[in-house]
Amino acid sequence: MRSETRRIGVEYISRVEGEGSLRVLVRDGKVQECEFGIFEPPRFFEAFMRGRKFTEAPDITARICGICPVAYQMSSVQAMEAACGVTVDPAVDELRTLLYCGEWIESHVLHMYLLHAPDFLGYESGIALAADHPEEVGRGLRLKQTGNALVAALGGREIHPVGIRVGGFHRVPTRRELEPLIPRFEQAREDALATVDFVASLPIPEAERDDEYVALSDDDHYAIHHGRIRSTRGMDIAVDEWNDYFVEEHVARSTSLHSHIRERGLYQVGPMARFNLSEELLRPVALEAAHRVGLSAPCTNPFRSIVVRAVETLHAVDLALEILERYQRPPRPYVPVPPVAGVGHGASEAPRGLLYHRYEIDADGRVLHAQIVPPTAQNQGSIEADLLHLVERNLELTDADLQHLLEQSIRNYDPCISCSVHFLRLEVDRG
Amino acid sequence: MKPTLAVFKFASCDGCQLSILDAEDHLLAIAAAVDIAEFPEATTRSEPGPYTVGLVEGSVTTPHDALRIREIRDQCQILVTIGACATSGGIQALRNAADVAEFAAQVYPNPEYLDVLATSTAISDHVQVDYALYGCPVSVDQLVDFITALLAGRRPSVPDYSVCIECKRRGSTCVLVAPGMPCLGPVTRAGCGAICPAFGRGCYGCFGPSSRPNVASLAVAWEAAGATREDLAEALRAFTVGAPEFMEAARAL
Repeated sequence: MRSETRRIGVEYISRVEGEGSLRVLVRDGKVQECEFGIFEPPRFFEAFMRGRKFTEAPDITARICGICPVAYQMSSVQAMEAACGVTVDPAVDELRTLLYCGEWIESHVLHMYLLHAPDFLGYESGIALAADHPEEVGRGLRLKQTGNALVAALGGREIHPVGIRVGGFHRVPTRRELEPLIPRFEQAREDALATVDFVASLPIPEAERDDEYVALSDDDHYAIHHGRIRSTRGMDIAVDEWNDYFVEEHVARSTSLHSHIRERGLYQVGPMARFNLSEELLRPVALEAAHRVGLSAPCTNPFRSIVVRAVETLHAVDLALEILERYQRPPRPYVPVPPVAGVGHGASEAPRGLLYHRYEIDADGRVLHAQIVPPTAQNQGSIEADLLHLVERNLELTDADLQHLLEQSIRNYDPCISCSVHFLRLEVDRG
Repeated sequence: MKPTLAVFKFASCDGCQLSILDAEDHLLAIAAAVDIAEFPEATTRSEPGPYTVGLVEGSVTTPHDALRIREIRDQCQILVTIGACATSGGIQALRNAADVAEFAAQVYPNPEYLDVLATSTAISDHVQVDYALYGCPVSVDQLVDFITALLAGRRPSVPDYSVCIECKRRGSTCVLVAPGMPCLGPVTRAGCGAICPAFGRGCYGCFGPSSRPNVASLAVAWEAAGATREDLAEALRAFTVGAPEFMEAARAL
């Protein structure tokens, strides 16, 4: 079933061309209107995927986001495998988990050290932060390099890696090729532990705002690319039930797309959602670190998402290390996937939240229809709700200070990179 | 005074400018050697032009961006395009052969809200470009070498030979000849390090055409590998579909 309002643009919201706008109308000390608008030139991925070979989906959709290409590759191959009724060999599937850990590390560390920590400490950039805090930023860069090295080992390069294919990997590495990563991951575990302490020590504003948190959730793993879609308010559905529960709308006033749960409203995805749903499934070292710095579910302050990111980084490092240590080269890199006409759904946890793909393919493996729902599109409504919440409580601030606070608040969601930067054009009409 | 560097984004995935932040070992050294005056992905700081060097990522897809690139050109002494979107229009140039209104209606419930051009085009279709770095994404090593060359006053060198040269240098077995996989390496510009064949697959052409690509001859090799001319045409119509050499070769197949 498809209606006009269910369709969603790929990256119209998920990134910004370096500019967004927030218009606030204040009358008699009360916020009358608060409109958040962002503009990213649409690239029409869902349209030009039609007619392409189903095997091209991972390489093409990766190009939606240079920060989380693995997420797009993983959601798309899983959707195609589901459409064709194929299950990947467990050892190969674990290698995919390993690759995904690399992306979580790369992306989370980039965000924490280079994009978000500078906000809390009053610096204009990670580079400026490095001048005064060389040890911390050096640790961040080292940790990020380790994540990059893992993605490159499995996929040839950090951005748009080439390893994954429908059915598995094009090639699986030998144990000897991966072994040099083990000492680096031992160091990375120390660095990730220190990162938890570092970000927990940042001055974090109080801004609790309860939300419905939605993430993949699995019974025995902190879900990355397997599980059901669950929420903190009782939703528990299979991935292929997505369109029965979620709606995306093209909203006129901000020319942007908003996601919500049918007959229920806003929700958010991302590290806080994963943590709030699956805290107890974190690796013990990560769970202990979280508790040590006073983080436990439910975490409802978006400014604390940076701490959750640090905990998840530690989790990913520790999990990757275990997979690396027991790694034996799988007997075959992929299972053949003959195309079958039908529909397939795939979901996985991009660093910034749940990413859903749905494809309809024909018997020749040609894509007939594609639907891609990126995490930042889903968070759009929650970002706006946070902004309103903050504006209402901080009207006494000057426009410049208010703008800084609001930009920082947008970055809490680690929106695909250009959203996460300094783009807000604030217009406050104070009457 | 240090040279100033500005980084600009047009329609893209952000991956090429992320490559700058991915140059971890060199990032702080670059930041020390140049004055990063404008780089919205990385810093709040935003200084007005003119700039010594402007790096441009992404393609032109909106009327607003078609104007913006002219203003940027005026502000940059040396303008450098980075990546497949900026140099050829990117994968989103697949719209160029389609009906963009139909595309918009397919993806957006209210296409009338959009203000987009019918085409996604390279930066060089709009303004004079001084240097180009290719790839989807650009290679971090090439990017660092390029910035180093500019700082040292040496002319940057960007290879225009094919991926095959890098593949041989890497010592990989030819995937087109030995296992018989379709591979675009013979007609694709080097720069990635020939990673696809080393990872068990054929090159998919993300660095765009090499100098004088012989697609007709490649078609024969693809047929020997069990692929059709249509497969080859389709493979060329992908990440650098807007590159004239690939577009015309695909049409001729």
